[in-house]
Formats: sequence, C-alpha cells, structure tokens
Amino acid sequence: MCRTLFHLRSAWRMRTEIIEQMRVVAVGSLPLVIVTSVFVGAVTAVQAVYQMQAYVPMKFLGTVISKSVFIELGPVLMALVVGSRLCANYAAELGTMKVTEQLDAMNIMAIDPVRYLAMPRFVAAVLMIPVITIFCDAIAIFGGYVASVVTLDVTSTTFIEGLRMFYKSSDLLGGLAKSFIFGGIIAMSGIFFGFNTEGGAEGVGQSVMQSVVGSCLSILVADYLLAIILFQILFKSS
Amino acid sequence: MTPQQHSTVAIPPPPNLKLDDPASQRGIALQGVSKAFGSKVVLDGCDLLVNKGETLVIIGRSGEGKSVLLKNLVRLLEPDAGQIWVEGKEVTGLEHDELMGLRKQFGFLFQGAALFDSMTICQNVGLMLMEHLDWSKERILTRACECLSLVGLEDANDKLPSELSGGMKKRAGLARAIVMEPEYILYDEPTTGLDPITSDAINDLILKLQRELGVTSIVVTHDMASAFKVGNRIAMLSKGRIVYVGSVEDIKRTSHPLVRQFIEGRADGPLGVF
Repeated sequence: MCRTLFHLRSAWRMRTEIIEQMRVVAVGSLPLVIVTSVFVGAVTAVQAVYQMQAYVPMKFLGTVISKSVFIELGPVLMALVVGSRLCANYAAELGTMKVTEQLDAMNIMAIDPVRYLAMPRFVAAVLMIPVITIFCDAIAIFGGYVASVVTLDVTSTTFIEGLRMFYKSSDLLGGLAKSFIFGGIIAMSGIFFGFNTEGGAEGVGQSVMQSVVGSCLSILVADYLLAIILFQILFKSS
Repeated sequence: MTPQQHSTVAIPPPPNLKLDDPASQRGIALQGVSKAFGSKVVLDGCDLLVNKGETLVIIGRSGEGKSVLLKNLVRLLEPDAGQIWVEGKEVTGLEHDELMGLRKQFGFLFQGAALFDSMTICQNVGLMLMEHLDWSKERILTRACECLSLVGLEDANDKLPSELSGGMKKRAGLARAIVMEPEYILYDEPTTGLDPITSDAINDLILKLQRELGVTSIVVTHDMASAFKVGNRIAMLSKGRIVYVGSVEDIKRTSHPLVRQFIEGRADGPLGVF
C-alpha cells in the first residue's frame, strides 16, 4: 500500500492508464449501478411506508429515503456491489499476470508493476467510487419517488417536501467521504491478493475469492468506524 | 537406479571462481548462490562464470533449478545466500533504483513468452521504449517494427498474443527482449514445446543476435541439439550445483557420468529417473 501511495507522484505520467481504468470502473459498472439503485430506492420507500403508516406523517417519507440513501445505502451498497465486481476484476487480472510471469516480465523490463498496474487502479477506484455513489444516490431517490408516487399513494409534492425538509449537506458529504475510503479498500484488496497469487488457475480463483471476502468485510468494519468518526464526531454539531 | 546408488556417485567439485580475476569484471559471476523453497533446496552453493560476449548454455534435468538460477541473476527471485556480480557490480546488494537500472541491460525470454495479453504485439515490444526513452511515437513504432522484422513477425504488429502460435509468441518475446539493445540476454528454454523447424529458426535467431549485436547470452535448455548449436560453452546443473563446464567439443567427448547420461538421454545412470 505504501508503495502504491509513493507512486502517486507518477499519476500525471500514467494519466492514460488511469483514465482507461476509470472507464473500466465507471462505464462497466453502469448497468449494475442503475438496476441496483432503482430497486434500493423503491424497496426503501415500500419499507418506510410500511413502518411509518400508522405513526408518522407521509411528508417525512422523502426525508427517510434521502437520509438512508445518502448516509448509508448509497455508499455501502455501491461499495459492496460495484466493489465486489471491481475487486474480482483486479485480483483475477493481476493474479493471471502473476502466474503467467507477466509481472516478472514487467520487472525485468525495469517497469515497476506497482507503479504501472497498481497505482492507476487505486487512483481510478478512489476517484470513481464516489462518482458512482452520487449516481446511485440520484437514481435511488428517483426510484423511491417513482415507487412512492405510483404504487404507494404518496403525492409528488409530499415526497419532494420531505426531501427538502431535513436535507443537510453533511449527510451527502459524509456518504461521499465514506465511498472515497471504500474505493481505496476495494482497490487495495484486489491489488494485494492479485499480486500475491500463487499457483495456476486454482490460485487465481482463491485470490479472487479472498479479495472479495476481504474487501466486503473491511468495508463493513470501516463503515462502522467511519460512522462514528463522521457522524458522532465531525458532523455532530452541524 | 535406487536413491542409494544415486548418492554414491561422486559429484566433481564446482569450478573454482577467481572473482578478483579481471574476467569476472567483464561478465557475470555467481559464487555460492543458494536458493530454497521451503524445505526444498534448489540451488546449493552454485558457482558460475559467464564471459562477456559468449553464449553459455545451462543444461540439466527438469526441476534442477535452471530457471531459478536465471531469475536469481536479475533478482526476480532473491537468493538466500551467495553473491552475484554483473560487470563487477554486486547485484545482491543493489537498491531498488540501481536494480532497475541494471535490468535495463538485460533481455529475458520467458519459457511461455510472458507477453502482456491485453496489449498488441507492437505495444508489447514498444512498452520498454515508451517507459524509458523520451522518443516520439513514430520512432518507437519504427524501432518495434525493426525488432519484429528481425524475428520474422513484421505482419503481426496489431495482433494480440492470443492470436499467435507458440513459436510466434516466442519470437515476439525475443523481439521484446532485444528492443533496448541489451548487453545480456537470458533465454529460459527458448525451444521447449516447439516443432524442430521452429526450434531451429529460434536457434538461428539466437546466433544472429550474438553475431550482430554482440550480446552475452545465457541459454537454459534441455534440448541438446539447441545447446550444441548455440552454445560457446555448456554448463551442467545438477543437485543445485554446476557440476561441469566446458566447450561444446569438450562436452561431446567428456566421460563425466552425469553429463554423458544427460546428453545421451539414457534413463539408466547416476542421474536416476525420478
């Protein structure tokens, strides 16, 4: 990890590779993001209405959906869903390069694989996971809106009023800060297990599995710690 | 052949190295290099001297550590003990940046070619130029095409490695290895898995590179036809040590039991079968 961070100084020189990796992260994940986000928003609306109907006015529905999505569902679900895809991609690609001596070939060509392969993937994940999370937030709110208005008899005005009522920019920023850290965790897990692959096809399979499991567990633990740091300490007074 | 019989064969001592000899300042020298993977000792105090400008062939049975020896030379694997010198500079003590500098003097042809499968052949060959030289794209392309035509692959520029045959991959790997005009080329089983005609074409290429570029080469192989054709000297690795070094004529005439069994390809003899 330290070597990857050290090579960030070469980021401008590696911009073509970074942009290519950003394309892999963002464009490749788009269908998954859209489908996941729409249903996350819709399910949140249905569950919220079910929980609230006898006790809480429906004008708070938009508030519940937006806060759930901005603070927790958007960053965490995107990190788990898109992150697993990305992590598996990194571990499989780098693991295959390791077992077929492509990393050795790069080393003998005096090209540091950490700079050439790991750093662009790390930068792409750290930058693009928050962007994907913003997309997810927007699409999930839209999914929640459609589900509320079309199937749950909530008027459009009521929903939007709820969205605006308790909106705090710290909710959105907190969620994005989380996704920034999650991007780093995802990239590091895929890169670490990819670079440390041993054996043949079985070794690559093991690495992919370990990287996804490692990434998911780390995200959940980090989510708890970040929730405390961000919402109990940093944003508590705002 | 039983293990007991095997152990009774006296292995001659390794060739003495005089590392203060000026010869070791002009080539590659290994002294006492050892490498183990867990409890399996692969190299056990290996000594070897490679003179500048020569082609040294290392022969030995599969699993004897020939490829490990090559990888130790350029520290793709770290030796557990011993010292390695390249032109009088101790490789084992080099820092990361110095090591990267040294590696630019080397070309390495991997057993499976190890081409980058997400890049075209031209990109594979040109990558090192892109990374280390401040050349224009046109100049890099021209140089990559030159190297590819040298190995007879001028029409494969835009192909991916998956579209090439085994022999073509090896030739593309060779083009990549020579693109920076290295002083040393390490060949890891360059003819393994190829048909006899393609093997001979690869051998001719190795000879051509030595003749035209004057490179120092180490060829790891167990293909004796190839060894006799490309080698100036041949060394045999057995039980983690160099047990014989001699010219091609010497090795053809030697009565050394391990060497004789190996070059005659006999199952019975001191080397054993398994």
